[in-house]
Amino acid sequence: MGSETAAPPGSHEGGASPWAPAPYRVVERAQETADTATLALEPVEPAPPPGFVPGQFHMLYAPDIGEAAISISGAPSDPRRRVHTIRSAGRVTDALTRARVGDVVGLRGPYGRGWPLREAEGKDLLLVVGGLGLPPLRPVLYEVLAHRDRFRRVEIAYGARTPKDLVYYDEIQAWRARKDLRFQVTVDRAGVDWYGDVGIVSQRIPDMRFDPSSAVAFLCGPEIMMRGSAQALVDRGMSRSSVYVSMERNMKCGFGQCGHCQFGPYLLCRDGPVLPYSSVERYFALREL
Amino acid sequence: MRSPKPDLRGELREHPFLRGMDPGFLQAIEGATQERSFGTGDPLIREGEAAKEMLLVQQGKIGLELVAPDRPRLSLLTVGPGEIVGWSWLIPPHIWLSDGRALKPTRVLAIDGASLRAVLEDRPKDAYQFMLRLVPVISRRLQIARIQVMDIHGV
Ligand SMILES: Cc1cc2nc3c(=O)[nH]c(=O)nc-3n(C[C@H](O)[C@H](O)[C@H](O)COP(=O)(O)OP(=O)(O)OC[C@H]3O[C@@H](n4cnc5c(N)ncnc54)[C@H](O)[C@@H]3O)c2cc1C
Ligand code: FES
Repeated sequence: MGSETAAPPGSHEGGASPWAPAPYRVVERAQETADTATLALEPVEPAPPPGFVPGQFHMLYAPDIGEAAISISGAPSDPRRRVHTIRSAGRVTDALTRARVGDVVGLRGPYGRGWPLREAEGKDLLLVVGGLGLPPLRPVLYEVLAHRDRFRRVEIAYGARTPKDLVYYDEIQAWRARKDLRFQVTVDRAGVDWYGDVGIVSQRIPDMRFDPSSAVAFLCGPEIMMRGSAQALVDRGMSRSSVYVSMERNMKCGFGQCGHCQFGPYLLCRDGPVLPYSSVERYFALREL
Repeated sequence: MRSPKPDLRGELREHPFLRGMDPGFLQAIEGATQERSFGTGDPLIREGEAAKEMLLVQQGKIGLELVAPDRPRLSLLTVGPGEIVGWSWLIPPHIWLSDGRALKPTRVLAIDGASLRAVLEDRPKDAYQFMLRLVPVISRRLQIARIQVMDIHGV
């Protein structure tokens, strides 16, 4: 079972240079939404890739274009396969979402500190998720469901822009049908054919069932959503240090060398992306960070 | 419309919006309260129509929807148990500003708006407490609308 661990220095792949990506082949591709695709990658080389923990990310390289930080969204139990869900937001991510089965892309990592799942053992676990915050939390769900007895109540609130922007649609239906977790979906707006909740995801927090003195929350999504949700959890009695957020900043090296991902005193690629809300709360308010 | 249930008084007192309000105030509005049930898809309120009641949701889910000419009907917010629908019954000209439709079997407590306004006029202290509950609802909905307009997932 994963605990939070930074990838040790030199755990990158690709031989001598920490910057050199290893070649990975696209073995499966699923179109999630109009602009988002999930790619399953396997190393071209026979050596197995290093393990990862939920919440860590890779630097993916689109040949001749460049690199982008992309979270690992597959199961940690599958040693060779690396799954990523990518939304086309610019040049690199657009090229990656267009990759076809058989294409080769580059991969470095895993990097960063993941979700502190061990801390949630024996407690209630809350996942509050906005938009593409679900991919970095899907490995958490896989781990939790593989070891369900280690956790008490598991509550998930997932918000997306519209029903068409929901990723992992079929999997969500299966999770929603389970009795051992509660998976609520909210969209920001919808047509009248949508009978689910409409509003913003933090609205679900007053209705979540948990013991604030013995709960851990993982938040991932747009910063404004994480801020509102963290505050709503604190309002319900949770301590700031039991609420974790995953921060995104532009990454270049991924291993603490270039300083691109600085956020207050933290280098997010090395000290994050997952950090306790108690550590980042005051930097949230600083606009220029 | 159904006849009021015997435990309607208890339900009114226990609804999160009114819980803890002065017993005299609650007693004063009891007689103006009725229970209503709606099936999936049934309209509860309609934009442009007279807003005659305050609705406290007991069970189910209500979708608040906007209709504009030449545009598909848009669902903006769903409200559920413990929440309220609208404040147009309070503010002249007492006209609903959106449509509201039951998205599943729904039960509400409906308080007659004119009677409620009269009780609030008569009891300024309770009216202040009532406003301290209503304004945060309006403020939260404004905040939700702002975040929806910002389109935080769309960047
Ligand atoms: C730890 C971490 C994990 C992440 N995980 C994921 C993940 O799992 N999935 C995922 O999809 N993303 C993820 N991201 C985000 C992803 O890294 C970025 O979207 C990506 O780096 C963008 O790179 P790009 O070259 O595609 O876009 P860029 O070209 O760098 O564009 C980025 C932004 O700038 C805008 N832009 C692009 N060109 C222009 C222009 N000419 N003028 C003005 N604006 C422009 C784009 O609209 C976009 O908003 C993660 C980021 C971090 C830090
Ligand atoms: S990306 Fe280079 S220090 Fe973090």
